[in-house]
Amino acid sequence: MTPPTPPTPPASPEPARSRVRVTSPRTSAARTRNVSIASEIDEQTRLGEVYITSLMRSQLRLALGVLLVLASTLGLLPLLFTAVPGISDVHVLGAPLPWMLLTVVAFAEIIGLGWFYVRRSERNEDTFSDLLDGR
Amino acid sequence: MNNSASIVAVILVSIASLVVGAFGLRLSRTMSDFYVASRGVSPVLNASAISGEYLSAASFLGVAGLILARGVDMLWLPIGWTAGYLLLLVFVAAPLRRSGAYTLPDFAQLRLESVVARRVSSLLVVAIGLLYLIPQFQGAGLTLRTLTGAPSWVGQLAVAVVVCLNVLPGGMRSVTLVQAFHYWLKLLALLTPLFLLLGAVGDRTGDPDVGAVFVRDWVEPLQGDHALYLTYSLVLATFFGTMGLPHVVVRFYTNPDGRAARRTTLSVLVLLSAFYLLPVVYGVIGRYVASDLVAAGRADSVVLELPSRLFDGPVAEGLTAVLAAGAFAAFLSTSTGLVVSVAGVVSQDLVRWGAGHRQGIRTFRLTTVAVVAGALLLTVVSAGVPVAHAVELTFAVAASTFCPMLLLGIWWRGLTSRGAIAGMVVGGGLSMGAVVTTIFGIAAGGWFGVVLTQPAAVSVPLAFATMVLVSLATRSRAPEHVAQTMVRLHAPEHIDLNRGSFHPERWYRRPPSAEVTADGTQHPAYDRAGETARRPGTTARRG
Repeated sequence: MTPPTPPTPPASPEPARSRVRVTSPRTSAARTRNVSIASEIDEQTRLGEVYITSLMRSQLRLALGVLLVLASTLGLLPLLFTAVPGISDVHVLGAPLPWMLLTVVAFAEIIGLGWFYVRRSERNEDTFSDLLDGR
Repeated sequence: MNNSASIVAVILVSIASLVVGAFGLRLSRTMSDFYVASRGVSPVLNASAISGEYLSAASFLGVAGLILARGVDMLWLPIGWTAGYLLLLVFVAAPLRRSGAYTLPDFAQLRLESVVARRVSSLLVVAIGLLYLIPQFQGAGLTLRTLTGAPSWVGQLAVAVVVCLNVLPGGMRSVTLVQAFHYWLKLLALLTPLFLLLGAVGDRTGDPDVGAVFVRDWVEPLQGDHALYLTYSLVLATFFGTMGLPHVVVRFYTNPDGRAARRTTLSVLVLLSAFYLLPVVYGVIGRYVASDLVAAGRADSVVLELPSRLFDGPVAEGLTAVLAAGAFAAFLSTSTGLVVSVAGVVSQDLVRWGAGHRQGIRTFRLTTVAVVAGALLLTVVSAGVPVAHAVELTFAVAASTFCPMLLLGIWWRGLTSRGAIAGMVVGGGLSMGAVVTTIFGIAAGGWFGVVLTQPAAVSVPLAFATMVLVSLATRSRAPEHVAQTMVRLHAPEHIDLNRGSFHPERWYRRPPSAEVTADGTQHPAYDRAGETARRPGTTARRG
């Protein structure tokens, strides 16, 4: 029994380097991914860019959300004080309301927002790295 | 006031700072130890150091004085100085740490790939640093004069000498320990006397001065002319200026990674909030028992004067000494941080007469002395110029220059080097112009004068707009490696990705001929060979 002869290479050497399909041409079959997302990102393909952009978007959306909350609470206080001149007559725990808002309440809000941001941003990053490791 | 106790306290703080600094000396051997303590600093220690460095004389003495003099509207200062760290946390902290840059000019070069942008940033760091350093030195002189009657130059020289002695041997690592120590010293120095003072105020029932407190324009917000504009401009400057201060930003490189940078910043928020409630209470007590200081123009010294208003003899002396120790720690730590960051930038960028580790450290030491001497000279020259307001204006300059560069650079791929430079020039020019006119007392009437006293509400939006518009116009000149830079800034460190090969220690060792490629085509800090080389882990995973 002579072993089957290897398929003869095509005549010209240049196309020989291109890929030769040896399986049945099932074009309807799903393509299997043999390139990881990490390398898609490294190669700066469109797909890799989509992944990095999605991470950036989620983090930016979170950061802008924190800024929006800050702007619509602390940021509106000067306008509130202008609109409601009698607000200093309201006393909370013995101090006028603006003084309480601009000390204890403001600092508590800042710390709370910071805590919320750290938790959520780490979760965004975990989602991203799970996405990359899952393949 | 008899103040031998205060003099002893100030001397003790100086000696203690030097001892703590010497303790941190052990491991600072390399270049990166000098600049960033080799990034091996734990979050709590780092958060204490950041807070210690940040809480300057303006926080320790100035806030109480301003609240005593001007009331509720001044509460925006401590809020703004704390909320500035919140915005730094959400927009800047982790990406900045992940960039791997040591200084703001390093970041500018990494992201914009332009030596010109780097130079502009370096000049701005020096300008902001000196502008912030002069009030620290002047405050030290004034405080020592208030306490002891010594001439102003004694206090200024004392701070300068102790700062040099701290920075010269150990660089950033010894400074980190010193500043962490200073935070707790400042907190305790304000907290301990407070209980006694509050007790004494509580005992004084039927206070005759209580009428001074419930004055309408002190207790109610927004009573002055243009108050709404001034408040919003102050809010904008402080909220967005913190992230652009060079001595604040350099601290983030001492975190081990991006997540640690975030957690450190969260701890900073807690530490700052705890601290800033205290000067507010001092200001309010001052309104009860020392409201005459406002008319005498000495509101800034209210923290130091309260003990002698409520107690006699050794108790008053002892409490004043504790507060003086805290105030001196405030001058020392902020000045030290500013000197380290300015000297780091000057020795890396503006003078480059040494290469390699040994000479690099020597250059850093020489520039440290030069920066301190220069700041001292400027302090003497500008004596008599009202510079207390300069701290607020410094925030406006930072908010109009580095803040848009950082925010757009981190979150928008479209920022080009020309856009960033144009924006920093416009924002810096406008805000610095306001600083100069204010410091030299060139008065302008009407709305123009109001804008000059608080320029941020005008200069910050204009700087942002300039950066965006010029970047859009020069879209074709986008930095070559921007995609890779974005991966570097945003991907968590534990994921193995190609982040480019930028290293801040590399670029300035290159011969200056590399600068001919400054227009962004090739980047002197990028190693051409290293750019395509993959780390083994990356290749192995791909199999």
